[in-house]
Amino acid sequence: MNIWVYIDHFKGAPLLASWEALGLAKRLGNATAVLLGHPMEEAVQAAFEFGADAVLLADDPALADYRAEAFASTLSAAASAQTPDLLLFPTTSRGREIAAMTAADLNAGLLVDVTALEIAAGRVVATRPVYGGKALVRETCAVKPALVTLRGRAFPKPEQQIGRSGPVTRIEVRAEAQTTVEGYSTGEGVSLTDAGVIVSGGRGLTVFPGLDEKSAAARGFALLDELAAVLNGAVGASRAVVDAGHAPYAQQVGQTGKLVSPDLYIACGISGAIQHLAGMRTAKVIVAINTDAEAPIFQVARYGVVGDLYQIVPALTAALKKRLGRQ
Amino acid sequence: MKIVVCVKTTLPSEAQIRLEGGKLIFDNTPPVINPWDEYAVEAALQQKEAVGGTVTALSIGDESANVALKHALAMGADEAIRITDSALGALDTLATARLLAAAVQKLGGVDLVCFGRQAIDGDSGVTPAQTARLLGWPALTLASAVKIEGRRIRVERSIEEGRQIVSADLPAVLSVVKDFAEPRYPTFMGKRKADRAEIPVWSLAAPAPLVAWGEFAEPPRQTAQCEIITGASPEEIAEKLAEKILAEKIL
Ligand SMILES: Cc1cc2nc3c(=O)[nH]c(=O)nc-3n(C[C@H](O)[C@H](O)[C@H](O)COP(=O)(O)OP(=O)(O)OC[C@H]3O[C@@H](n4cnc5c(N)ncnc54)[C@H](O)[C@@H]3O)c2cc1C
Repeated sequence: MNIWVYIDHFKGAPLLASWEALGLAKRLGNATAVLLGHPMEEAVQAAFEFGADAVLLADDPALADYRAEAFASTLSAAASAQTPDLLLFPTTSRGREIAAMTAADLNAGLLVDVTALEIAAGRVVATRPVYGGKALVRETCAVKPALVTLRGRAFPKPEQQIGRSGPVTRIEVRAEAQTTVEGYSTGEGVSLTDAGVIVSGGRGLTVFPGLDEKSAAARGFALLDELAAVLNGAVGASRAVVDAGHAPYAQQVGQTGKLVSPDLYIACGISGAIQHLAGMRTAKVIVAINTDAEAPIFQVARYGVVGDLYQIVPALTAALKKRLGRQ
Repeated sequence: MKIVVCVKTTLPSEAQIRLEGGKLIFDNTPPVINPWDEYAVEAALQQKEAVGGTVTALSIGDESANVALKHALAMGADEAIRITDSALGALDTLATARLLAAAVQKLGGVDLVCFGRQAIDGDSGVTPAQTARLLGWPALTLASAVKIEGRRIRVERSIEEGRQIVSADLPAVLSVVKDFAEPRYPTFMGKRKADRAEIPVWSLAAPAPLVAWGEFAEPPRQTAQCEIITGASPEEIAEKLAEKILAEKIL
């Protein structure tokens, strides 16, 4: 089976979920990594090190900025000429969009945010969460090629083999696009969807004796930042604190925020409303810290502490720092 | 300016779902407009207020689609059209996009099509980009801020790394995320108008879907019950919890 994997990147730095897709492709057949952008040398090298058998490359200054139309046109042209059986993408904002447009160009089947995939009688059969994660559905695709976007962290990341390399074939660039990129304003830190560990805060973070809501939230998030730093993790938030203006929307986890599946999710002062659970219940290990023993978050958590996050979080940071030997 | 907003009727996120023999059984929570689409209606209305024009709401489906359409009317949309697929089959995202693109073309002279970022049932989030592609228009997805000047539309997009600022000429397709603006509540007058509205139905032919939904299954449950960590002091609790976390070998 001839499988292409779109390597999603931001300004040449690939997102982790791209390597997870490459790992799956290797298990299913022959894995060709597709890299579009500029400059791409380092990403090409990394694609081989994470297991690509071959690379298709469009490295061109006209692709230096991501524009969906140009990326999709370049990919569609190559795919209609070379007819891969299956195209995999990470479910990132760009992966979703390029897959959507390429499927429209090729009149191909599109399966989005898949968490398990198999080939049965030559057909792609995928499983994916629907209804905010309340059910899984099996989807089948009747035509070739199938385009599939994979949920981040649902598939294992392959080992990196330093120095590995392979053949690079250049593909034709189709740079025409109707959109113009005018600029970026980027945040810092680990992206939530890539993070292996997420420490999240909710409304419980906004109540501290003697402090107004804003100062309490600032103090609470500072504690979460320290815990996340020890764990090399990212900081998330519930909608309640995002709506109140204490955290940016980019940090919101849940049905109307990010869907995340980290290895460890630490929910601090979050009640566990169904819309919040929709975004994080697939985390491998969930830890809940909440003063209310009846909070629904404890129903999905593996470990729970019924207590005050302002006391537990700094103590946990200290305990982990000691054990992990990190500063 | 002629603005279209595409909306869908879904179950509210609080609705309970059970599984029986691979089929989904829903509780009888009344359906609502897909929550994301309220932001799309808000975006459409704000553009109309800024530059003038009309807002037409489109939805595909049986009569239940009128729930979303009437909500859009109650918020302030000028008209609503329900689209049925003449073959009445299941639709995949691409078939949905083909129907919507055909309806936009049939309307004629449309300058802007607004979508919510995704529907909370299928959770796909690809229909806006597919519709744009089929129309041959630029797709400005995940918009958190929008400004139209003359025939130019400028959008701030919410991406993993922060914001990307893009612009394009109209006509264009927009999908809107939550931090665009809180959607307005329907007014009393708006609700009355929506209740009385006769919603025309267009029957359009959709292609056969390429992707089909099969059986449903329960999502994996956390196997272990929650283990509550207790101790005499926060420090003691934290020490025990740290041990448990490290023993999971996930760090
Ligand atoms: C259509 C729709 C979409 C939504 N989408 C999302 C979404 O994407 N993401 C999301 O998160 N929500 C979403 N919501 C909102 C959701 O329903 C909840 O309102 C929200 O998640 C509650 O946030 P919270 O847990 O921070 O606040 P609360 O529910 O107020 O919980 C605060 C918790 O903090 C605890 N607490 C208080 N003080 C302390 C302390 N000192 N130490 C420890 N614990 C403490 C309390 O016991 C309580 O359990 C959505 C709602 C709707 C209707």
